[in-house]
Amino acid sequence: MSLPYETHEYDVLVIGAGGAGLRAAVEAAESGVKTGLVCKSLLGKAHTVMAEGGMAAALANVDTRDNWKVHFRDTMRGGKFLNNWRMAQIHAQEAPDRVRELENWGAVFDRTPDGKILQRNFGGHKYPRLAHVGDRTGLEMIRTLQDRTVEKKINVHMECTIYRLLKTDHAITGAVGYWRESGRPIVFRAKAVVLATGGIGRCFRVTSNSWEYTGDGHALAYLAGADLIDMEFMQFHPTGMVWPPSVRGILVTEGVRGEGGVLKNNKGERFMFKSIPDLYKADTADNEAEADRWLAGDKTARRVPELLTRDHVARCIVREVKEGRGSPHGGVFLDIASRRSADYIKKKLPSMYHQFKELGGIDITKEPMEVGPTAHYIMGGVRVDAETQMATIPGLFAAGEVAGGLHGANRLGGNSLSDLLVFGRRAGLGASSYAKGMKDIPQTDDGQVERIVKEMYEPFDRPSAENAFTVTSDLQTTMEANVGIARVQNELEKALQDIASLKERAKKVSVVGDCRYNPGWHQVLDLNNLLICAEALTMAALSRKESRGGHMRIDFPDSVGEEGKWNNVLRQGGEGQMVLEKQPLPEMPTELHALAHDEKAPQ
Amino acid sequence: MSTQKVTLRVYRGDAESGELQDYTVEVSEGMVVLDAVHQIQATQAPDLACRWNCKAGKCGSCSAEINGKPRLMCMTRMVDAIKTAEGGPILVKPMKTFPHIKDLVTDVSQNYRNNKKITPFRPAPKGPDGEWKIFQYEIDRAQEFRKCIECYLCQNVCHVLRDHHEFSFAGPRYMVRAAGLEMHPADQGDRIDQLKEELGIGYCNITKCCTEVCPEGIHITDNAIIPLKERVVDEHYDPITALFRKVFGKKAPPNPAP
Ligand SMILES: Cc1cc2nc3c(=O)[nH]c(=O)nc-3n(C[C@H](O)[C@H](O)[C@H](O)COP(=O)(O)OP(=O)(O)OC[C@H]3O[C@@H](n4cnc5c(N)ncnc54)[C@H](O)[C@@H]3O)c2cc1C
Ligand code: SF4
Ligand code: SF4
Ligand code: FES
Repeated sequence: MSLPYETHEYDVLVIGAGGAGLRAAVEAAESGVKTGLVCKSLLGKAHTVMAEGGMAAALANVDTRDNWKVHFRDTMRGGKFLNNWRMAQIHAQEAPDRVRELENWGAVFDRTPDGKILQRNFGGHKYPRLAHVGDRTGLEMIRTLQDRTVEKKINVHMECTIYRLLKTDHAITGAVGYWRESGRPIVFRAKAVVLATGGIGRCFRVTSNSWEYTGDGHALAYLAGADLIDMEFMQFHPTGMVWPPSVRGILVTEGVRGEGGVLKNNKGERFMFKSIPDLYKADTADNEAEADRWLAGDKTARRVPELLTRDHVARCIVREVKEGRGSPHGGVFLDIASRRSADYIKKKLPSMYHQFKELGGIDITKEPMEVGPTAHYIMGGVRVDAETQMATIPGLFAAGEVAGGLHGANRLGGNSLSDLLVFGRRAGLGASSYAKGMKDIPQTDDGQVERIVKEMYEPFDRPSAENAFTVTSDLQTTMEANVGIARVQNELEKALQDIASLKERAKKVSVVGDCRYNPGWHQVLDLNNLLICAEALTMAALSRKESRGGHMRIDFPDSVGEEGKWNNVLRQGGEGQMVLEKQPLPEMPTELHALAHDEKAPQ
Repeated sequence: MSTQKVTLRVYRGDAESGELQDYTVEVSEGMVVLDAVHQIQATQAPDLACRWNCKAGKCGSCSAEINGKPRLMCMTRMVDAIKTAEGGPILVKPMKTFPHIKDLVTDVSQNYRNNKKITPFRPAPKGPDGEWKIFQYEIDRAQEFRKCIECYLCQNVCHVLRDHHEFSFAGPRYMVRAAGLEMHPADQGDRIDQLKEELGIGYCNITKCCTEVCPEGIHITDNAIIPLKERVVDEHYDPITALFRKVFGKKAPPNPAP
């Protein structure tokens, strides 16, 4: 390497230190390959730390009727049968072992009265399935994996942002990025790269996601020529905070409903009883008496309607608000105060208690919360092989929120944390065995590196014209207005036009100050990723002329058949334009098909 | 609510030099200090450096000194900051104990180095069914310690680190971490010598300043440091305990599954 840049060499380079990235790095390192980890923020601060409710695994500790088959069925139904069936199967089968393994590594889960890992109810899961620690499960996961990473002596490059992947015509060779602190470039040469960069929520104004969620991994993969799938499926979590304005969007865990919280409109009605989808009628109570019996533990009773899948609950909330039955600040009421004792609430939902008390001035043990939908999770992402997590480019792997397939059209709560462990591990293994098949660390192309580095600093040379924060904010405004929960052709087209003109403006955004820890500059670079993700989301949404899961079209309110028929695949075309291709779903084996459609639950 | 204009006086600069700079921000209902900093970034000083992630008190990134008090910026409401500013501008400075990088960002790498000194979790063998039987009451204490979000506010206020720069002491955060492991019912590691030698527990003279600032409400001194100090004393000055530990290992393994 002749270029004067700091250069590191790894067999496996993992980008992202959330649950997926850490788990991948641990697996790769344990398999004996030289492994490096990079992350935009400090170690232990990734988005995963914010996860609250728990991780789904059919341990059957609380309800012995549970098993992987029921988990598989629930996941497929929740995803409106658009999921990659093989991923859903692997996930359901392996999640219990991954949870136990986390316990072996020091995680301290809440316990059942007989001393096992406790599991709680969550939306769309037939049985209590979420292993959890109060409402801070993500913190427990990230700390445990962080400790494991330290123990395995994995080299971590913190506050280091990857800007582009390096590749030859046919395979990945590394990555280029910059240190946030010094602003200096850094080059990685690697046999295999694992993307574990999380989601794209910052495309929207009202979101539960942090600044990191600018869809970097989605964009890195796309620009390198990989396929993205299912990008139209954005999950709007039904319960974000709505008041005061500065906290709008911050998540209120589904665990509140799992612990017995109920949704009410301004007439005091539990409106979730009003419309129970056919698919869930057999599993869901249609009256309060039965719902209360279920909550009290009666195994013959059907589940509360508040725990229907997120896409449905979010739509019901939108309907209540639209029809004038909303709360004062445009949400609905989530009431746990009248259902559980103050002590119970503080023990099981401590950070919710704290969050409302500190930020909203509300005591949730005494009054109801006001909640409404917030952009939360992207089901779509890098298209991967179900077994190895390899993307459509050799040497590139993806796991966690940045990967697509497992969740189909709608993710069940708790299925992300288990996804991170199951497929983080598999990506680590996949990347490691791919790397073991290569003799040397690949050479990187100096010219390519040079071009990328130049591009990174180019915004400093621009005349002062546009501000990156303003352009980002304008993008969020149009996405919120036109590509939100309820979509329609002309609004989606409007969004695409807006995105096109925002792309032009993004070319003119300039930077104030130098390259040392400069958030303005970082925002300029992240903005390009946001725009790619916004365009992918909108294009896919425009193309899907049906409603399914997280994608709801006012102009096409029905699903085309109960099962998903095709995936929207997006990739970069020859002229740099985004192209969309419809591809039929892989066919599910008959026995799994029968499981997924089982009216009761498989034994 | 109508908006109100207030002055935020923010430390700007790097390791070499810096100064306080005033910015006017518009305060709306429910706003926190981090929102005000973001407003300055978006409209007046895009190069203003600060760390944040969750904006909900969960990640421990946004620690700073607000009107002289170590706090999370995302959990400090502007109305409260206006009150504690007593009519003056709201003062926002980086944590003082750590080497300064830029504006509100400090170099917290020492903490990551301290962390590496602690013996990791050493699991006890599992019962015949491949599980541990652990009851909730056995882990309540460990769970308290595991609530730590690594905001380093306790490290920032501990006078051993802040005033005496005595980095032979790992600091309260790492006492909490060690306690979380030591009090884990399935852990078989032994960190007692380490606490005395490498982690320097003796430097702590129980002033409790750390406990006062912990945003997670962890009883750092009473529940973590004092019991650890007692273990160190037992180990090092009580020959019977020391012998017992040598012969039987640190503690009984957790209940085997029935
Ligand atoms: C408030 C909240 C609560 C949630 N609760 C639950 C729950 O209870 N159960 C559940 O299953 N799911 C939950 N989720 C979803 C789940 O937490 C996330 O989907 C999941 O944590 C994502 O993990 P990840 O490993 O894919 O990515 P993350 O944890 O987001 O990590 C991404 C990593 O990539 C790094 N990165 C990103 N871009 C770059 C770049 N360009 N260069 C270098 N590094 C980069 C980041 O620094 C970070 O380290 C919740 C989500 C939110 C927002
Ligand atoms: S109690 Fe000990 S650790 Fe805490 S601030 Fe005082 S000296 Fe430091
Ligand atoms: S113990 Fe408390 S104050 Fe110290 S780092 Fe952890 S959360 Fe912060
Ligand atoms: S931003 Fe996470 S604690 Fe403040």
